[in-house]
Amino acid sequence: MNIYADNAATTKMSEAAILAMTECMENTYGNPSSLYRIGQRAKEKLEKAREEIAALINAEPKEIIFTSGGSESDNQAILSAAMIGKKRGKKHIVSSEFEHHAVLHTLKKLEKNGYEITLLPVHENGIVRTDELEAAIRDDTCLVTIMTANNEIGTIQPIAEIGSICRQKGVIFHTDAVQAVGHIAIDVKAENIDMLSASAHKFHGPKGVGFLYCRKGIILSNLIEGGAQERGKRAGTENLPGILGMTAALKEAVRDMDKHNEHKVSIRDHLIAGLSEIPHSALNGDAEKRLSGNVNFSFEGIEGESILMLLDQKGISASSGSACTSGALDPSHVLLSIGRIHDVAHGSLRLSIGEDITVGEADYIISNVKEVVEYLRSFSPVWRDLMTGKREFIL
Amino acid sequence: MALYSEKVMDHFMNPRNVGVIENADGVGEVGNAKCGDIMKMYLKIDDDVITDVKFETFGCASAIASSSMATELIKGKKLEDAMSLTNKAVAEALDGLPDYKMHCSVLAEEAIQAAIDDYKSKK
Repeated sequence: MNIYADNAATTKMSEAAILAMTECMENTYGNPSSLYRIGQRAKEKLEKAREEIAALINAEPKEIIFTSGGSESDNQAILSAAMIGKKRGKKHIVSSEFEHHAVLHTLKKLEKNGYEITLLPVHENGIVRTDELEAAIRDDTCLVTIMTANNEIGTIQPIAEIGSICRQKGVIFHTDAVQAVGHIAIDVKAENIDMLSASAHKFHGPKGVGFLYCRKGIILSNLIEGGAQERGKRAGTENLPGILGMTAALKEAVRDMDKHNEHKVSIRDHLIAGLSEIPHSALNGDAEKRLSGNVNFSFEGIEGESILMLLDQKGISASSGSACTSGALDPSHVLLSIGRIHDVAHGSLRLSIGEDITVGEADYIISNVKEVVEYLRSFSPVWRDLMTGKREFIL
Repeated sequence: MALYSEKVMDHFMNPRNVGVIENADGVGEVGNAKCGDIMKMYLKIDDDVITDVKFETFGCASAIASSSMATELIKGKKLEDAMSLTNKAVAEALDGLPDYKMHCSVLAEEAIQAAIDDYKSKK
């Protein structure tokens, strides 16, 4: 049995997305900047895609900039807001401890250049508290950037409340919605979102393409200089096959969202119930305010990479916050941010399920994870120490 | 290319000499849970020859494979030969480890050293 349970890393492309791309490659190969009909046909497709994407998040077409994906969008949004702030003498930014590195590393860069960064705690449940966010905003705050849903533990943040606080205080609000777009409903107007980052390959679109929503009136700074594409805000010939693939994928994802979420929530909760039977294990992040496809557990006494490698042998593709999976020394900053200490953060497993998963497949995952955890514990010196009382259980 | 060599996968999937030796002559434990790797080696020594060796490991696939391979390399060997086992020899016997996993082979070398030191200190 082969079960792909790493949809938070990337997704399989939908047939509609593949068809839109190949159709574009074969028939709409013109450069949208060219004046002859082949070019203008490409331009029409590009602008139609912009309208469709905008409509799916309740934005205006002019507020959508196509980019290479989530990281580029995050970088451009944050650096642009920082530039606007600088001009007004505002150099303070509020974010959270468990943002994606595309956000955290950009903030680190700004910090080196004289900006002050406040990273809010996300507490045990992995959710930012709006009272703490409100208290962190100062007169010199130029940006609040909080992700819509976390990529590792799937917890969903109170975006509408944060948006309303920021709007009241006149602070730009950016959200990294890479894990959320196509999975939860987004309305940038109702939620008072000023900037939003998205990536196509997280919702069955192609890799290397995404978009940045930027509310009218907020001036973007370029990361890439050159031609006048994307209203002069992002140079380079547009990745039209990618953009059309992304648009086809997002239309489908939004159309089927409720149906998919209902199914995924039932399977997710089945997985959580099944894995909770493993002694000395714990779900990471809030049990309810989380993405329909996300299950993240810590298992005491074992290490995550070996869990993954054994599951891979059983045909299950998953992910871990263990240091060993990334070559880093520290385990995932997300797990540390919700208070998991190193010892148990290393032993984590993330399953991010797709909408096509069946109950039978979920049962297969549960029985194999149980088996793998038991096996690895059988020769773990840490587990032996826990069982003989030489070491105290954390979970 | 796969992350690990076939040998690493073989020793990870079918680790040799797993377990505990009751009343071992030397026991060595290295690493810590904070870093995500702990290896524990148990030796049975008779007339300066390692007659039996077992290990327990908390760690990633390459840590488990390194422990397994290291036990194979020292089993039946004289103490002085086991003492000169290097992490490089462990990694080579596994047909190589990714650069950032070389510390796993270092842990295996250190675990054996620690077990032998324990034996010597008891003598």
